[in-house]
Amino acid sequence: MKKNKLRILCPNGHLGFAPTKEGSFKLGAETKPDYYCCDSGSDDIGPGPLGNDDCVSPRAWQKHDLELMLLASRKQNVPMIIGSSGDTGSNSRVDMYVEIIRELAQEHKLEPFKLVYFYSEVKKDYLREKLKNGITIEGLDGRKDLSPGELEATDNIVAVAGIHPFIKALELKADVIIGGRSSDAAIFAAPAVYNGFSESNSYYLGKVLECASFCAEPYGAKESVIGTITKDDVKVTAMHPEQYCTIASVAGHAMYERSNPFFEYFAGGKLDMTDCSYIQIDAKTTQITGAKFIPIEGNMKVKLEGAGKVGERYMGIVGVRDPYTIKNIDKVIDWAREQAEERLGKEGYQIFYHIYGKNAVMGEMEPVQDTKSHELGIVVEAISEDKDLAKEAAIIGSRQIFYARLPEVKGTAGTAAFLIDEVMPTSPAHRWTLNHTVEVDDPMELFTLIETEVTL
Amino acid sequence: MKTKKLYQLAKTIRSKNAGVDRITFDIIFNEEANYLLVKQSKVLTVDSVARIFNVSIDRICDFVEYDPAFAIKFTIQRKRPSGSPGEGDIFGCQQYPPLLDIEIPMPSE
Repeated sequence: MKKNKLRILCPNGHLGFAPTKEGSFKLGAETKPDYYCCDSGSDDIGPGPLGNDDCVSPRAWQKHDLELMLLASRKQNVPMIIGSSGDTGSNSRVDMYVEIIRELAQEHKLEPFKLVYFYSEVKKDYLREKLKNGITIEGLDGRKDLSPGELEATDNIVAVAGIHPFIKALELKADVIIGGRSSDAAIFAAPAVYNGFSESNSYYLGKVLECASFCAEPYGAKESVIGTITKDDVKVTAMHPEQYCTIASVAGHAMYERSNPFFEYFAGGKLDMTDCSYIQIDAKTTQITGAKFIPIEGNMKVKLEGAGKVGERYMGIVGVRDPYTIKNIDKVIDWAREQAEERLGKEGYQIFYHIYGKNAVMGEMEPVQDTKSHELGIVVEAISEDKDLAKEAAIIGSRQIFYARLPEVKGTAGTAAFLIDEVMPTSPAHRWTLNHTVEVDDPMELFTLIETEVTL
Repeated sequence: MKTKKLYQLAKTIRSKNAGVDRITFDIIFNEEANYLLVKQSKVLTVDSVARIFNVSIDRICDFVEYDPAFAIKFTIQRKRPSGSPGEGDIFGCQQYPPLLDIEIPMPSE
C-alpha cells in the first residue's frame, strides 16, 4: 500500500555524542511517526576513533539514545534506522550496537523483531588490488589521488554508504536497521525512496533532518524534529515547545558543514538545492520545494574514509606568568626545542607547542600578533613511534621551558609553572589518510548485509 | 564614513569543518537589508578573507553569497587534516572570531 505522506522523527544529530533530550522526543513520539531514524557518526571527531577503532562517546549514552528509539518504535511497530554506528561506523561499532539492541530487547522483554545490520569496512587488500590494476582512487576536497604509501599508512577504512544497503534492509522487512558508516542524509532518504517518493524530495528530507534540531531556532541541540515528505514537498517541524523551524533556520542549515550550500553529493548522484524555495506554513514548520536530484552518469562512486596511526603520544602542561618571559615566548620555545635536539637528536619524534593565550587555537591563521594575555598555557604534544621516546620528548620539551635562559629574566628559580611535574600518556596520534572515492560496479559491493531475529 | 562592526549586523558568525580537509565559514543575517548592505559593500571577498586569515588565495576554495538564507559563506582549505598532530581545532569551530570586528561602511543618512 503506497503512503501519500511519510513522517520521520530524528531525535539527535549524532546519536550518543550528547544524550538525546527526552521531552521533545516524547512529544514527537506521541504524533506516531512512520520511522525513527538517526545518524550516530561523524568525521568531525578527528581521525583517532577510526584509527583506534573505538568510540568517543560513553556506551551508556549511546544505549540511552538507542533505548528511547527502540522502545518507541517497537511500541508503534514501525522501523528504526541507525547509520554510522558508534561514531565511526566500523564493524566493531556495528557489533556493539547489535549487542546493545539485544540487551535492550532482553531488559524490556520485547516481542521478537527482525534486525538487519550491515558492515562498511573496506579491507586494504581491496584497494591494493585496485591500485595494482591502475584504478585511480580519486582524492576529494583538494586531496591527491591515493598513493600506495598513503594506503599502507592507513589502519582502518570505512566506505560511506548511500541509500542502497538501507533499502535492501527495508526490502527484507527489517524492524531495526543498524548501519555501518553511512551518509547521514541517506539514513532518512532511504525509507522515503523505498516508499516511492521522488529522489529529489527524499534526499532533501535527509539533508534537512540529519542534524535534528540544528535546522530549528533558537539554537538548542539534541532536540527532536519531524520531517514530512509528500510527492510535492518536504516539511520540517520542531518538536521542542520553544523551537521553530523557520525559513532562516532551515535554509541556513542547508549550508551547515559544507563548502557549498547549493550541492550535496551522495553515492549515486548529487542534490541540487539552487532552486529551493522555502515557505513558513505554521509557527513551527517550514515547507521546502524545488530540490533536484541529479543521478551520476556512469559508475557510482563511494566515499572512503581512512585513518592511520602516526605514533604514541604524551602531553605536558606548562604555565607562564612572567611578562618578560611571555614577551619572549618564541625564544623560550626555541630554547626548549634545542635542548630536546641536543639530547634526542632531530629524528624519530615530533614536538608541537600549543601556546594558549597566543595562537594555540588558530595557529598560522591567527591575525592577532601582539599577545595581550597576562599568562600563557602551553600544551606540549610529543609524538613518536617509540613510546619511551615520545615520553622523553614530552618531558624534555616541557621541562626545558622551566630552564629557559633569557638574559634579563628576574625570576631565576624557574621560568614556568608546572600543573603536574610529569607528562600524561594520551590516545595515540592519528591522521586522516583517506578522504577519497572509489568507483564500484555494484552499489552493494562494499557493504555486507546480515539478517537476524531478536528473540528473548 | 560611519561604520558598523560585522557582529553588530549579523545574527550568526560561525566556522565548522566541511569534511576533514576544509573549514567553512558562515555569516548569516536576520534582515535582508543588513545582508545586502554587507554583500554590496564588497568588504568580504576572496582576497579580503585570504588576507584576514593569512592564507594564500588558492586556499579559499569556495566563496558564495547565498540569498535564500541571507548568508555569505566561504571555505578555507586546512593546511593539515582535522585532528592531525599539531592541529588545535578538531571541529574547526573556533576559527571565525577574526570576522567579528570587521568594519562595514554604513550608507550616509
